[in-house]
Amino acid sequence: MAKRLDIKDLNLFYGKFHAVENVSLAVPPRNVTAFIGPSGCGKSTVLRSLNRMHEVAPGARVEGKVLLDGEDIYASTVDPVEVRRTIGMVFQRPNPFPTMSIRDNVVAGLKLAGVKNKRELDEVAERSLRGANLWNEVKDRLDRPGGSLSGGQQQRLCIARAIAVQPDVLLMDEPCSALDPISTLAIEDLITELKKDYTIVIVTHNMQQAARVSDQTAFFNLLGVGQPGQLIEADDTEKIFSNPGQKATEDYISGRFG
Amino acid sequence: MNDPVVAKRPAGSGDPGAARGVAAAPTASEAPIPPTPAAPETTKAPHVRPGDRIFRGLATGSGVFIVVLIGAIGLFLILQAIPSLGLDQINFLTSREWNTTDPANLRFGILDLLLVTVIVSILALLIAMPIALGIALFLTQYAPRNLARPFAYVVDLLAAVPSIVFGLWGLFVLGPVLFPFSEWLIDNLGWFPLFAKGNVNVQLGGTIFTAGIVVAVMILPIITAVSREVFDRTPRMHIEGAIALGATKWEVVRTTVLPFGKAGYVSASMLGLGRALGETIAVMIILSTTTASFGWSLFDGGATFASKIALAAPEFNDTRSAGAYIAAGLVLFVLTFVVNAIARSIVAGHKEYE
Repeated sequence: MAKRLDIKDLNLFYGKFHAVENVSLAVPPRNVTAFIGPSGCGKSTVLRSLNRMHEVAPGARVEGKVLLDGEDIYASTVDPVEVRRTIGMVFQRPNPFPTMSIRDNVVAGLKLAGVKNKRELDEVAERSLRGANLWNEVKDRLDRPGGSLSGGQQQRLCIARAIAVQPDVLLMDEPCSALDPISTLAIEDLITELKKDYTIVIVTHNMQQAARVSDQTAFFNLLGVGQPGQLIEADDTEKIFSNPGQKATEDYISGRFG
Repeated sequence: MNDPVVAKRPAGSGDPGAARGVAAAPTASEAPIPPTPAAPETTKAPHVRPGDRIFRGLATGSGVFIVVLIGAIGLFLILQAIPSLGLDQINFLTSREWNTTDPANLRFGILDLLLVTVIVSILALLIAMPIALGIALFLTQYAPRNLARPFAYVVDLLAAVPSIVFGLWGLFVLGPVLFPFSEWLIDNLGWFPLFAKGNVNVQLGGTIFTAGIVVAVMILPIITAVSREVFDRTPRMHIEGAIALGATKWEVVRTTVLPFGKAGYVSASMLGLGRALGETIAVMIILSTTTASFGWSLFDGGATFASKIALAAPEFNDTRSAGAYIAAGLVLFVLTFVVNAIARSIVAGHKEYE
């Protein structure tokens, strides 16, 4: 299912504010790409533009192309709802639907897509929860509300919900920033497993995390306050962290930033 | 138990067995200060500044005041009603007759008043609830921001129209407009008790049907305003979660906004119902009075508790007659209480979100 993403000359705006400038980047399939960079540099904005969540904000605007296996998701004939069904997203803070049971949370996306067969839904729920390494912890209480889980479990529930629809790409917006180190480790292990089947893009503030889980790292930066964010460089993670091509990248990674 | 790292939920929010509501609130707000929240004021309390004392006194005083006030109203109603209830020659709760013109021979029962009050209010609620839901969803989810604000303002303005104006409008404008429709209902669906030919002249429009519609318009703003506030507070992260799963606008509303706002919407409706039960002047002007008893038709006339009491003002010079009306008021008071209690239990049943 995993597909490749090609970002071409992407410019993102909030109203008149030019948030991100001229981003071009190839995201290979079955691969983890990490976005790193200081706060406000637009890495989350770029991530949100990859499943057309950026335009949900009032006044937000997109220029440029995002190709999913060669097809532009911003083409006028494409329905954003369909894009979001094939490109899943996990958010910074776990956001399971609080009134839904654990099982219903997992299959929420399938139900939206019109799947009604109870046996099929149960199968998908189990497969997705296993995929998210959560099955053993919740298999006896699938009818309990999603909000009854711990933060780390809730985040894995959200990952299960995202992979239940078997997306082409999985986007993760700082998925561990609200979690403790043990839950973080669980999620990182999960990411390493998931990349066998999915194309993953992850935004993280934690450079060790980027170094641990990603194959490719893209460094974003902004030249000054009020200036648009830019993609400084993107390369193999190993190269970025050992021998980056740009001075700014090296400063940021070694902590000599600002 | 919850993960200690995620501090945004109050402890125990996920345990169905844990006491919610009353017990949860104090532990959540006072937990960081005293180690034992059970007896916060008798134990030695460090750092109490004058401002703390004054504010606490004011807050406690206001709280006590409102409870005492409601208790006093209830007590007043009971004390004034008891003598007249003793003089009542017929059963107060089950009789339909109401004759208090001769204080020496009081004959009053509230059954018809109760039924007319409840039917008018329920009709109003049935009409107002879906419309208010639609308006609140439109304002919070569909309308563009710059349109939503003035539109909400206009809806709120409805609440500022005096009820006497609604009454006159109902009697002189709405009643005649409704007449052909009412007649059609009676002719075609008259076999059904609610649409049977009533005990007043339907051409004059002074029916429960007209009153119910007018009261619906009157309670629309309060239900809309409260529901709007609640829907507007749907957590952004839940809405985005639904959008990211590929939910359309309506699916977002269905999976996040409605479950989140359900309890608030029910409370809002019960607030509206409380207003409808007590609505006086508009109903008094609209409803044609009749000596015939209520026959379960929407095209009956009659009186509600409040309109009956308002109409009887000239009789209040005799305490025995007045006591009969105060007894009716007492029933209305209790009825409103019961409605509120039911609303609270419904809301308490949907607490998963907080």
